[in-house]
Formats: sequence, structure tokens, C-alpha cells
Amino acid sequence: MAWLRWLLILLIARPVAKFMTGADVTGEEHLPVRGPAIIVANHNSHMDTLLMLSIFPARIVGKVRPAAASDYFLKDPVVGWFSRNLVGIVPVARDRVASGEDILAPAKQALADGDIIIVFPEGTRGDASDEIARLKSGVARLAEAFPDAPVTPVWIQGAGRVLPKGEAIPVPMNCAVLIGEPIRWGGRRTEFMDGLREALLRLKAEAPPLRWQ
Amino acid sequence: MDIIARFLAEQPPALIWGLTGVVGLLVLGSVVAGVLTVSRPSKDYKELRQRIASWWVMIAILAAALLAGWPATVTLFAAVSFVALREFLSLAPTRREDRLIILAAYLAIPVNYAFIALDVYGIYLVLIPVYAFLITPWLMAVVGQTQGYLSRVALFHWGLMTCVYNIGYVAYLTRTPAIETPAGAAGLVFFLLVATEFNDVAQYVWGKLLGRHKIIPRVSPNKTWEGFIGGWLSTAALIWFAGPLFTPLSGVGLAITALVLPVAGFAGDVTMSAIKRDIGVKDTSKFIPGHGGILDRIDSLTFTAPIYFHLLAWFAVEKF
Repeated sequence: MAWLRWLLILLIARPVAKFMTGADVTGEEHLPVRGPAIIVANHNSHMDTLLMLSIFPARIVGKVRPAAASDYFLKDPVVGWFSRNLVGIVPVARDRVASGEDILAPAKQALADGDIIIVFPEGTRGDASDEIARLKSGVARLAEAFPDAPVTPVWIQGAGRVLPKGEAIPVPMNCAVLIGEPIRWGGRRTEFMDGLREALLRLKAEAPPLRWQ
Repeated sequence: MDIIARFLAEQPPALIWGLTGVVGLLVLGSVVAGVLTVSRPSKDYKELRQRIASWWVMIAILAAALLAGWPATVTLFAAVSFVALREFLSLAPTRREDRLIILAAYLAIPVNYAFIALDVYGIYLVLIPVYAFLITPWLMAVVGQTQGYLSRVALFHWGLMTCVYNIGYVAYLTRTPAIETPAGAAGLVFFLLVATEFNDVAQYVWGKLLGRHKIIPRVSPNKTWEGFIGGWLSTAALIWFAGPLFTPLSGVGLAITALVLPVAGFAGDVTMSAIKRDIGVKDTSKFIPGHGGILDRIDSLTFTAPIYFHLLAWFAVEKF
């Protein structure tokens, strides 16, 4: 199935993302060239995943996998098959946080396999105002488990206009993708999370203005 | 090889020579950029190299479309309209409620270019200036948007007129009967683009060489009277001497085109600068590496295309 996913990314996801968003990328040089690596991005739209799959070079994009909520994407069997095999999601069972099991186990397995995983630490899609919500600390636990994996902050500007939460029809609008310098696990969770948030806000400050009300 | 030679032989010679000249200029530009990069390692010429590399791509696409015939050229400019309108609507202030109207605005592109492809000149002329003009505010009223109503309606009108209707004139040039032009319909498009871009470059070069007196410091601080007048005279000379090779214009018509087109190009450039200043951006996007957005590249063309078309229609082309 991997080759089919690869083909679909190159032949469908990329042209669609380019058509819908223009995909103005800044800072490609900061992207990891091999796994294990973690990409951290803000999240306002399903377009985000499509955009993230289109910014990587073709030879590595097969390794790129978005972490996604299993309670949302694996609920329906058809969407689930699609999400697992074609989008290549790493399931995160948000709804089982309290059960005591390690809901990050699939993500850790993916990193152990040398994948590049995309984490949206806001936990869900925000509104298109592009404010950043509180970041959940799961990504810190991943970084702690893989201290050598670079954690690359990415700010996606404007995807919430293309396909906001609750809308079904996407509308083409330009999006900017700003990639920052990777940060490393320093040993303390709160420090790491603060650093990550600051890095995202710095990228946001460099993004073109978003006149969206 | 034989097929290519035969294909080129069937093209109007002026168009082939014109394209060869442009490629020659690009080769020269590439050599200069290469020499600069090697001889002055302390300076960073990355943007200059990017600019020239993008010119190669743009010229290659344009030349291919012009040689392939009118359907390819019409399709190319429909795509240009789309990317330009997407840039414009993304920079302009919009709201979630406007998404329907944004979608409708994009729909104007295939409709506009369909009438060019079908060669229904009368409908093309009124489609956007009259009918899109009426439908946009009506749609906005239907959606129930009344806040900032007029300024928002004006925003959509501006985007549709500049990015879709005015750029459509470039495409409509390709529907000129070959018998009415010295270098085919493609030659008309080629000459418009060359004159417009030459004007931009000449203004820049004269401004760099002699520029002292600012012309509109509040909009474009780098533009000077010397640049404007130098560009005007150079482009007017280019149109006066090369115009007859590519267009059916002569005498008074040619003289008016030579005088008016450079001013139109300047006006388009300045108008887009005013919009960018209002929005607070330097470039409209990063679509063309080293240049900025497509709107940064076609700003002058949104003004020169309709004027050039109308002057041709008035003075020389029987069909329009």
C-alpha cells in the first residue's frame, strides 16, 4: 500500500494543495531529511495535513505520517481505512487518556521505525482567526522518548480560510507555510513546551497579514 | 528535427525572431549573473539568479503557449487570472461569510474565458463589467451581509476587473484573424508583453542611472521622474520602431499607442503598489521565486492589456 500512498500524495494531494493554497513555503532548509523526526504545527483545517504532505521532497514524503485522533478518524470504517492506508495517520486515542494505557505507543513505534511524524499539539482544529490554543504536552513526552529526534516548528497561515472547521466546501485562498529551526529536547517538559510555543509565535509574526474576520 | 524545423518555418518569422531575441537577452542576463557571482563572492546574488531562473521558466511557458496556438494561450491566461485572483482575495480583508462570494468570483474565470474561446466578443465585453458587477452585490445581499457592504462589494469588483477581465484581453488578442496582423495573433500578444515588461525594466534602469526627483514618494518611494520619463521615451521608441513588425498599427494609431502604453504600464504598477501599501505587504505572494507574486509581475499588464486591445480595435483590427 505504501507505493499507492506515495503516488496519491504526488499525483493528487500535492496538486490539490497547490491549487487550493498556493503553498508559499519559507524555510524548507529546516525540514528534517530523515527520521525519526517530529514536526509540530498549528491546526485550523484539514488542509493542514494536505499541506504538510506536500512540502516534503518526494524521496522522503513516504516516511511522513500525521498523528491524528483515532476517535475522529477511525470511527467510520471507510474513513478509517482511508486515513490509515492512504493518509498514513498515526492514531492517537484522545478519548482513552484516562484509561492508563500509553496512547502515544503508536507514535513512539512510528518514530522507532524512523518515520517523520506530524503533531498538531493544539489537539483539535481551531477557528480561522489563527490564534494558537493551549498546547498539549504529548509532544514533550515523544521528544523525551526520542531525545535525538529534531522537533521542527511549522506555522501554517490561512488554512482555516480554505476549509474552516464545520464547512464542507474548500475555497482556494493562499496559505503560507513557515518552517523554523528545529529545537531539541532539553530535559524539562515545561521548558520544552514554552520553547515550542515561542517558536510557533515567532513564525506567526513573520507570516503575511491575515485579514480574516 | 525535421518536424521542428517545419513547424518553426510555418510560424510568422517576426515572432520567431522576437522570441529568439528574448532568449538572447536571457542568455546575456544569465551570463552577467554568473560572472557577478564568481567575481564578487562577497555579495549575495541569490535573488538575481532566482529572478533570471524564473524568467527562463516564464518565457519558456509563454513561448510554448504562443507557438501552440490560441487554445493554449487562452488556457494559460485563464490560469494566470486564477492565481492572480487567489492572491488578491487572500490579501484583501474577507470574512467567513464571504466564502460563497469568493467561490462565485472564481467561477467568473471559466465563464469569462469560455466566451473568449467561443469568440463571443459582445458577451465577453459586458460579462464582468455589467453582469458580475450586478451579481456580486446581489449575492452579498442574499447571504445577508450588510456590514461594510459597499467597500466589500468594491473589493470583489476590483479583483474581478483587474485579474479576470483585463487579463482576459491578452487572451482575446489571440482571436484576431491572422490575415489582419503581420506576425499572427500570437505576435500581438508577444509584442504587448514585451512592451509592458520592457517599460518596467527601462523605468527601473533609468531610475537607477539618473533618478533624483521622487514622483510619488507616498506610494512608491523608489520611483523617480527621471525613471518614469526615461522609461516612457525608451518604450515609446521601441513601440514606434518595432510595432509595425508585430502589429497592424501605423501612423496616428501607432503614435498614440507609443505614447499611451508606457504611461498605462506606470499607472498599473503604481496602482498595485498603493493596494499593497494599504494591505501592508511588499510582495503579493511567493509564487514566482525572486519576483514575488504573480500580481507583482502582471500589475502593469492589468492596465496595458485593455488599452492596447482597444487601440488596436479602434485603429487597425476590423474584427473588433
